[in-house]
Amino acid sequence: MILTLAAKVTPPVIDYKGFSPLIALVGGTVLVLLVALFRGRAVQRGLVPLLTAGTLLTAMGLSVWVWHAGDSRPIVEGAIERDALAMGMSMIFYVAGLATVLLSHRSVAVREAGAGEYYMLLLSSVTGMVLLAQAANLVTLFVALELLSIPLYVLCASHVRRRTSLEAGLKYLVIGSLGSATLLYGLAMIYGATGTTSFAGIDNALGDTVSIADPLFLTGVGLALTGFAFKASVAPFHQWTPDVYQGAPTPITAFMAVATKAAAFAMFLRVLDQALPSAQTYWAPALATLAVITIIVGNVGAIAQSSLKRMLAWSGVAQAGYIAAGVVVGTQKGLEATAFYLFVYLLMNVGAFAVIVARERVSEFGDDIRSLEGLGRAAPWLAWPMTICMLALAGFPATGGFIGKFYLIDAAVSGDYAWLGIVIVAGSVISLVYYLRVIAVMFMGPFEITLPAMPGRPARRVKPVGGWSPEADAWRQPEVVIVALLCAAATIFFGVWPNPLFDVVRDMGTSIQSLIG
Amino acid sequence: MHLTIPLFIPLAAGIVGLLLPRGLARWASLAGTLAVLGYSVAMIVDFDSATRGLQWVTNETWIDTLGIHYKLGVDGLNLFLILATAFLWVIATLYAAVREWDRPRLFYFNLGLAETAVLGAFLAQDLALFVVFFDLMLVPFYFLIGAWGRGNRVYATTKFVIYTLSGSLLMLAGAVALGVLSTPEGGQISFQLSDLTVHPVGHGTQVWIFLLFAAAFLIKAPAFPLHGWVPETYRATPIPVLILLSGILSKVGMYAFLRIVIPIMPGASATLQELMLVIAVVSILYGSVLAFSQDDARLVVAYSSIAQLGFILLGIFALDPKSAQGSVIQMLNHAVVVAGLFVIIGVIAARARESESLERLGGMALRAPVLAGLFLIVALATLAMPGSPNFVGEILILFGTFDEKFVYGLVASVGVVLAAVYMIRLYQRTMHNRAGPDVASSDLSYRLDLPALAPVALVLIALGLYPQFVLHRTEASTTPKIVRAAIKAGSDPGPQHAEATTVKGATP
Repeated sequence: MILTLAAKVTPPVIDYKGFSPLIALVGGTVLVLLVALFRGRAVQRGLVPLLTAGTLLTAMGLSVWVWHAGDSRPIVEGAIERDALAMGMSMIFYVAGLATVLLSHRSVAVREAGAGEYYMLLLSSVTGMVLLAQAANLVTLFVALELLSIPLYVLCASHVRRRTSLEAGLKYLVIGSLGSATLLYGLAMIYGATGTTSFAGIDNALGDTVSIADPLFLTGVGLALTGFAFKASVAPFHQWTPDVYQGAPTPITAFMAVATKAAAFAMFLRVLDQALPSAQTYWAPALATLAVITIIVGNVGAIAQSSLKRMLAWSGVAQAGYIAAGVVVGTQKGLEATAFYLFVYLLMNVGAFAVIVARERVSEFGDDIRSLEGLGRAAPWLAWPMTICMLALAGFPATGGFIGKFYLIDAAVSGDYAWLGIVIVAGSVISLVYYLRVIAVMFMGPFEITLPAMPGRPARRVKPVGGWSPEADAWRQPEVVIVALLCAAATIFFGVWPNPLFDVVRDMGTSIQSLIG
Repeated sequence: MHLTIPLFIPLAAGIVGLLLPRGLARWASLAGTLAVLGYSVAMIVDFDSATRGLQWVTNETWIDTLGIHYKLGVDGLNLFLILATAFLWVIATLYAAVREWDRPRLFYFNLGLAETAVLGAFLAQDLALFVVFFDLMLVPFYFLIGAWGRGNRVYATTKFVIYTLSGSLLMLAGAVALGVLSTPEGGQISFQLSDLTVHPVGHGTQVWIFLLFAAAFLIKAPAFPLHGWVPETYRATPIPVLILLSGILSKVGMYAFLRIVIPIMPGASATLQELMLVIAVVSILYGSVLAFSQDDARLVVAYSSIAQLGFILLGIFALDPKSAQGSVIQMLNHAVVVAGLFVIIGVIAARARESESLERLGGMALRAPVLAGLFLIVALATLAMPGSPNFVGEILILFGTFDEKFVYGLVASVGVVLAAVYMIRLYQRTMHNRAGPDVASSDLSYRLDLPALAPVALVLIALGLYPQFVLHRTEASTTPKIVRAAIKAGSDPGPQHAEATTVKGATP
């Protein structure tokens, strides 16, 4: 009986070469957890982060090794596939992960949560993201989404002695679960309507057996979109973002800001462009509306913020709106523009967060914008990366942000959504208010400040000098400064010479067959 | 002649200045601006005024995927604007170099970056490249005003950047739309101006793209309803930066009308001609009236600039070869004149406890006859006294406008009279009358003031004596730019220009 059953089940074909990045990540996760059982300081502070970074680098190398342009090839038949889109997105996750490892090096959160647990959770989250980008059916998609989300709930709360960190974790858990549940509902309904969970199968079924106007199917699409919107912090499902971003330990905030956002958009691209391209007439207007709301809400929300992390959270909401424009058009160019923007978004945001990490550790103002006062004089190595990242986020030329926005507008206009292009630039204009304020605080402080009178010395006016305390020397945390500088340099580089990045995204654009031709 | 060299010399000089000791940054920067000036003079010597097309073209693919080319070129239209840019940067750098600045290396780096950006906007022959430079120039000016300005400088600079960038970003959307929509079916997207001219987009599309572009350029100019950033910004900006802001930045938009908007969107230019003329005339009247009623000397000049730019806009949108020529000359004249005026205001303020209020000034001529003399030259040039370069420019503009749009010409000529009123008022209130309470007169200092002021006066006199020098070299390039729009607007560009149309390969 059992034998006959077993004979009927054909084992799935597994492409171990394509599987190798995931194997490396899972292996690394386990290894990190086991090594961290040794309590020595050298292991906790040195070896564990090193192993984490090594795992990420190995996975990155393996991803480059299996990189290929063109249509997807199965890794695990029907469940996981690999193509340039997945591999390119994985690069974003790896780089974000590496940056997070560097930024976390001196973080209190790591000490409080335990290095093993912290880095292990980080690696599992990256694993979930990589798996998500390779998902070929709805089940894998959902499992991967949970695998990336659940570690993040914990990581948000890893700064266990700070109340806001716990609050952030709990809030993220509740809202994130709500988003996941909504998504699961949606996916189930799509499955119910089409009878298949595979993306390719859904696409085929929609042409043939299932009407696109089927209410069950459309409800499913709507709920799934809502679920994605929660993850990508697209308005009006963004309310968790500022609180969670502010409460989480800053390295984790940086990770969430770039990697989770990229993962959410990978999900958008996979499901909308690969499984539901024929329903574009339904989801595109809905998503375009959401994009407009997101751009307005995000930019207006950011204006009033004095906490830099909250400001970047709102700006992240607005940027999600810009990126959504690339998804709305549902074209190869749109996909490329989305991917390109996600790459430069990674650089600009990690650079900015690195500066915040450096400042909040030494400044009495924490992540408040006042922690940057006079930084142009006191710590130019931090002030310049921050300036470049802010200019890039605002879309000034000679930065990657400009090229990215140019490409998004190009894609929007080509896809007959010219008005969405105009909404993007209108949003950028509003965004100047808060991005420029950061620069002004760093560079445009008073020429002189008044020192209060002290016994035996009257009040006097002096030039402001940097260095509030010896720890304020930015180079006491070289790894943070280096992350900031590298990100800023890359932002400028891709603003002046974006062609290498364009080659990458052009490969990614060939991944989804239905978009070509 | 390699146009890339003068384009990046100022930036390179700025970067060198960052690496040098604090005291030497100014000299690196000055050497850079002088090199550019030398290069642009050499360009004028080498320029072939009979050639109609671009000269010394550099054309490389920059970003293949987006169809953006690194294409630079010079013709009669931008030749003198490049010279004016180079000249004004020398003046501004000279003015700055003899004075002390907080964080000098950063200051001169920003000056250099700004010059590269402005030169890039003038040289660019690719729409996307133009947009890149046009937006980029805001970054150094944001820093220059915000970090070295006076008074409410952070507010002023933020307002300035938001105002101008809102225009620029709209233009960015318009530019991308223009590139995408004018790409022929199955063709490769290209933003080169020459390609965009050959493939015009439909009329309805032209109109909305025209409006996006016009918003950008009129804000930058500034023209009447879009000038809200002017008072705060002019008050806060340090003098050397103000010379550049008012002298050069305002011309980029006007230049772009002639270079980009009218040749690529002739239909929309003809349709919206009346709108632009109304804006021009209102700017002239409004600017003149406000210039007359201001107490702050800077704002007198600021509002007079609005009026002057109204004249330039009028000349461009009269769509007449004569007036377009006049506009090109007037751009050059206004740049030089404004530089002189702001240097003089700086000089006056230094002698009046930093006061620039006309109420508190006066009676300086007695103790400072050289200053008064030079001021008189500049003031007479501003009010377009016969014999001054502005006279030639304004006459050409008005002649052309009378030919095509009589009424607008008539109203605009009131502006000429008003110019005399506000300039003479400015001159009297500062130089004559009773000595003001703050004035401690002394004449020009050879070290501080003359290096910047003397060249301006010399150039003004030279331009007034021999305007043909400019006219000859600009004519062949200016006229073809407006021919197609002029024909669409129903005005007569003159029989001798009919072949220009056929050269462009366009159907009227």
